[in-house]
Amino acid sequence: MYAFDIERPTTIADAVAALKADEAQPLSGGQTLIPTLKARLAAPSKLISLSGISDMIGLSDEGGALRIGGATKHDTVAKEAGATHPGLAGLAARIGDPAVRHRGTIGGSIANNDPAACYPSAALAHGATIVTDRRDIAADDFFTGLFDTALEDGEIVTAVRFPRPEASNYQKFEQPASRFAMVGVFVAKFADGVRVAVTGAGEDGVFRWTEAETALSSSFTPGAVEGLSVSADGLISDLHGSAAYRAHLIKVMTKRAVAAAE
Amino acid sequence: MNTNLTVNGRPHALDLDTRVTLLDALRDQLKLTGSKKGCDHGQCGACTVLVNGQRINACLSLAVMHDGDEITTVEGLSSDGRSPLQAAFVRHDGMQCGYCTPGQLCSATAVLDEIARGWPSHVSADLEGPVELTREELAERMSGNICRCSCYPGISKAILSVAEDGTVHREAAE
Repeated sequence: MYAFDIERPTTIADAVAALKADEAQPLSGGQTLIPTLKARLAAPSKLISLSGISDMIGLSDEGGALRIGGATKHDTVAKEAGATHPGLAGLAARIGDPAVRHRGTIGGSIANNDPAACYPSAALAHGATIVTDRRDIAADDFFTGLFDTALEDGEIVTAVRFPRPEASNYQKFEQPASRFAMVGVFVAKFADGVRVAVTGAGEDGVFRWTEAETALSSSFTPGAVEGLSVSADGLISDLHGSAAYRAHLIKVMTKRAVAAAE
Repeated sequence: MNTNLTVNGRPHALDLDTRVTLLDALRDQLKLTGSKKGCDHGQCGACTVLVNGQRINACLSLAVMHDGDEITTVEGLSSDGRSPLQAAFVRHDGMQCGYCTPGQLCSATAVLDEIARGWPSHVSADLEGPVELTREELAERMSGNICRCSCYPGISKAILSVAEDGTVHREAAE
C-alpha cells in the first residue's frame, strides 16, 4: 500500500467535508478497497472512514419502504430485512462468506458497482432510490457502466431505499471460489409490474431484462419466459464461462427466481 | 496513529502506521503468530479472528480501524490449547499441515456461538427456532475457511462432535 492518512468522522457533513481533500477516498467495509490498496491499484492521500457514522447504519421503515443505511453490513441486512424484503435478505445472506458479511457494506457494494456484485441487481430490480449526501438518484440512473456510477467526486451513498415488493427472489449461479455471481438474477413483482435485473453477465455491469419483465408482468410464472431467448451480445466471456453460457444461465436463473419468489 | 486494542483480554496501546492490517499488527507488533497469513486478500480464512465476538478476516481490515475493539485470536481460545474444539480437532485429525487450523478454530468457535444464539443461514430449513447443525449447515457456515490439504472430513467431525456434546466453549467470546 502507498501511504495514506485516515480520518474517522462521526457525521455525514464531516465526512463530506473531509472528502474535499485532494485524492481523498471513502472507506466503508474495505472488503474490496483494502485488496485494491494492497495491489497498489489505488493511491488515496487520505481515507475517510464511513463506519463510525451512526446515521448511516441500520434498517428503518420509511413510508412503507425499507431504508438501509449505506454503512450497514451485509450480515445485518441478511438478519433484519426478511420480513418485508425476503429476496433482499436472501441475497445479503449469500454474499461472499460470513467473515466478509461481517465487514462489507451495502453502500460500498453499490458505489463500487462491480459487474459481478450482488447488491446492484437488488437495487435495480426494486427500482430502489440511492440516497446520497446531496440528492436522491433512481437506480435506473445510478449504474452507468463497469465500476461506474452517477456519483460525483466526494459524494457518499448514505442510504438505499427499497420499495416493498409483492414478491421477490434472487438466484445466483456463483463462481465457486469467489462466490461472486457468474450470473445472478433478481426478480421483484410490484402492483404495477415486474422488474428483472441481471448481474455477473453484462460487459457494462448490471442491466434489466426488459422482455422478461413484459412477459412476467402478464403472467408471473416460470413458463412465461420459456419462449424468450437472451442474446449473448454484450455479455461477459471469461475462463469461468462463455457469453453464450451466461445467456443461457440468465433464463434459467430467472425461471428459478420466479418459482421461488415469496 | 495511536490505537488501543484489547487482545485475548489484555489491553495494548499501539502506535501504528495506517497501512498495518489487523493481521500484521497481531503477528508483527504483538507477536501473536497463531493467526496465519494465507492469501492476504480475504479468500482463504487462515487469518480469521473474532472482533467483538464476530469473525472477520484480519487481513482485510486496517488495525487503526479497531481502536477500542476486543479481539480474540487462536491463542485466546483457551489457556492451554485444549478448548473442546481444539481437543476435538486433535482427536478427529482435523488438520494435516495445520496452516489453516487457527482460522478454522476461530471460525468454528463463532459458528457454535451463532448456532447457540439460533441465527439461521440461507441453507437453514427453518428461519425460526433452534438451528440444526447439519453437514450442509456446517459447510455453509465454514465456507470462508479453506483447507488446502482438504481435511474437511476431520474438521467437520471435530466441530459436529463438540456441537453434539453441547460443550460450546464460550470463554473466548465472553
